[in-house]
Amino acid sequence: MPAIAWIQMLVFLLVLMALVKPLGAFMARVYEGRPCGLNKPLGWLERLTYRAAGVKPNQPMSWKTYALALLLFNALGGLVVYSLQRLQGSLPLNPEHLGAVPPYLALNTAISFISNTNWQSYNGETTLSYLTQMLGLTVQNFVSAATGMAVLVALIRGIRGKQADNIGNFWVDLVRSTLYILLPLSFILALILVSQGVVQTLSPYKTVALLQPVSYVQSTTNAAGQTINKTVWVKQQVLPLGPAASQIAIKQLGTNGGGFFGVNSAHPFENPNALSNLLEMLAILLIPAALCYTFGCMVGDTRQGWAILATMMIIFVPLMVGCVWAEHAGNPTIAASGVNQTPSALMSGGNMEGKETRFGVTDSAIWASATTAASNGSVNSMLDSYTPLGGLVPMWLMELGEVIFGGVGSGLYGMLMFVIVAVFIAGLMVGRTPEYMGKKIEAFEMKMATICVLVPPALVLASAAIACVTVMGTSALGNPGEHGFSEILYWASSTGNNNGSAFAGLSTNTPFYNLVGGVVMWISRYFLIIPTLALAGALARKKRVPISSGTLPTHDVLFTCWLVATVVLIGALTFLPALASGPIVEYLHLWR
Amino acid sequence: MWPQIRPAIVVFVILSAITGLAYPLLVTGIAAVAFPWRANGSVVTNDTGKAVGSRLIGQYFSEPGYFWPRPSATSPVPYTSYSGTPASCATGSNSGPTNPALFAAVKRRVARLRAANPTEKGPVPVDLVTSSASGLDPDISAAAAYYQVARVAKARGLPATEVRQLVEHFCRGRLGGVLGSPHVNVLMLNLALDRLSSHKTPRG
Repeated sequence: MPAIAWIQMLVFLLVLMALVKPLGAFMARVYEGRPCGLNKPLGWLERLTYRAAGVKPNQPMSWKTYALALLLFNALGGLVVYSLQRLQGSLPLNPEHLGAVPPYLALNTAISFISNTNWQSYNGETTLSYLTQMLGLTVQNFVSAATGMAVLVALIRGIRGKQADNIGNFWVDLVRSTLYILLPLSFILALILVSQGVVQTLSPYKTVALLQPVSYVQSTTNAAGQTINKTVWVKQQVLPLGPAASQIAIKQLGTNGGGFFGVNSAHPFENPNALSNLLEMLAILLIPAALCYTFGCMVGDTRQGWAILATMMIIFVPLMVGCVWAEHAGNPTIAASGVNQTPSALMSGGNMEGKETRFGVTDSAIWASATTAASNGSVNSMLDSYTPLGGLVPMWLMELGEVIFGGVGSGLYGMLMFVIVAVFIAGLMVGRTPEYMGKKIEAFEMKMATICVLVPPALVLASAAIACVTVMGTSALGNPGEHGFSEILYWASSTGNNNGSAFAGLSTNTPFYNLVGGVVMWISRYFLIIPTLALAGALARKKRVPISSGTLPTHDVLFTCWLVATVVLIGALTFLPALASGPIVEYLHLWR
Repeated sequence: MWPQIRPAIVVFVILSAITGLAYPLLVTGIAAVAFPWRANGSVVTNDTGKAVGSRLIGQYFSEPGYFWPRPSATSPVPYTSYSGTPASCATGSNSGPTNPALFAAVKRRVARLRAANPTEKGPVPVDLVTSSASGLDPDISAAAAYYQVARVAKARGLPATEVRQLVEHFCRGRLGGVLGSPHVNVLMLNLALDRLSSHKTPRG
């Protein structure tokens, strides 16, 4: 691995870490209703929304009301995204006259976007009108992210609550997340992206002449059953356009990841150069990382937030380095065919299949690790073509439960479930009643935390097993052998953890994959949100126990290591057998 | 349940109007004023004002007098950016690292490049024999451009040093010496090459 790869990783991590504290503190002010600097330009919009909706912002909700409001809002969103896709043919802002999206695909896309998964069975430029992209997908990019952030804030209120049956007001958390945090950040990022070449227009697609026309042979069969070969000349190229930058900004910031175009951020119109690439990569991890600090601020002890951020970094950094290393090592069979894969000042080298020249191997592999650590799932290179170990890293990062950064809000509330499990196991070992932040962890809390920790792996393994033993599952494979199994395992890991990235050789735009994937994404989102809110409600009602000599500190090095071990052990024990029959076997085959 | 229905609908409508209409339209408006060329696809025109491509979207070249781009997995022809169906727009090969089809394709490309560039005896730069993620990669590595200098110069009857200087002119290093990867924009290089040739041999 060349020195420049280390420098690239270091630059990325340093800029990210520098942004954690300022943004984290800002978000804490937003959620606590303290002045955040944007109250003047945007406060009227917030008040207007509450007045029109009949919401009393100071009226807190019980966890059940909070959950009901959330589910109603998300169900309405799903209905609208589905309807927009089905009706887009007769709606405005459709310059390419795209017809209705088929029902299974529309269903999959609707669930995918409300659940913050943003799995792409659809292909943006050939399937979705500008209106559907804006009013359907862009809106859900915002509000599904805001939903995750709201659940996190509710859980934090539960943790610090003082024997009250309330965890905040969903409408307030939703509106504030959207207006004060996601919207301003997206606005700035979108404008910078346009300045770099990301398209943003309502004009129809543009046709340009090719400098050198290209021909191909088209084979057709006539009525008599004879094959007729005809040479067709292609002299033009169609450039797909659209309001892309505004959607890509929130797609990255809200850990959504669903592309405006089919090939996502590998498309030069989504990600034109090294600067746009750096900004989009930072945007992927920015809010999930900063929320750790917000958490620390809101519970009144920033060390608690830093300990969780440290846990995430301890797991993330070695895996990212491993991915970059594996991609630089390249492919021995290709090297043996008279190909130069050695990095130099003139080229990236390494495994360049499925990667773009302007990013090279390093920036592609950093992105792949970041997008799967966070539950983003956007790609700037094709993960299906990664080396076996390079592909194992993104797959395993998802299988850890999307808690290493994870989704905005959902990553941290997922990690807090692991914290509770870790506290509980530690409590068992020393023979004391486990507690976290002065709240006793008892049977009900453990049940909720266990559901949150175990539902995703159960979904992943079950759906992968179903796809592996049915013709509907295996007929979609894009690669032979163990790599085909990896494609299915990756699909299951991605939908079962609401990530949305893919080993895209698997052709998932079929009724089977659209339906099963849709159900899995739906369960893994809402059957985690409900127990999380129930836990928040239960914690809120408990009285705070004063810190004593028997309290296990949850901000020190020892606990951080213990939390790392808990996350890694659960992830490893659950998925090692499956990983052994996919990427690990493939690695042994390739390098035997 | 009923008390939450009204806020659900009203908040949804308002947030949709803000994030789904006002925000993208505002960004579109500012982009149209501040970055009109980039917001509309970075379209490049030739001397006569005809649109001949986008600076950001690659095109396919197979004539010896042009620099060749990377392989592209799009169909029906390489570098199809859009032609109406999901099967015929930007895509990667998605070939796995042990797929025999990938190894066969690489062998074929190596043989073709060796035959077309007989003076280059060393191994072929990897980006010239592997397909890109988008299938629309506008760039090749600097190494891949230098690999083709002798062939292009011979086909055009230009001195190799002149073609090499042109490649150097179009080489883009890492951003700030750190980010991204060294590359050359193939379409811009080939357009400049055409201009250079037309100066040498004025037509008519």
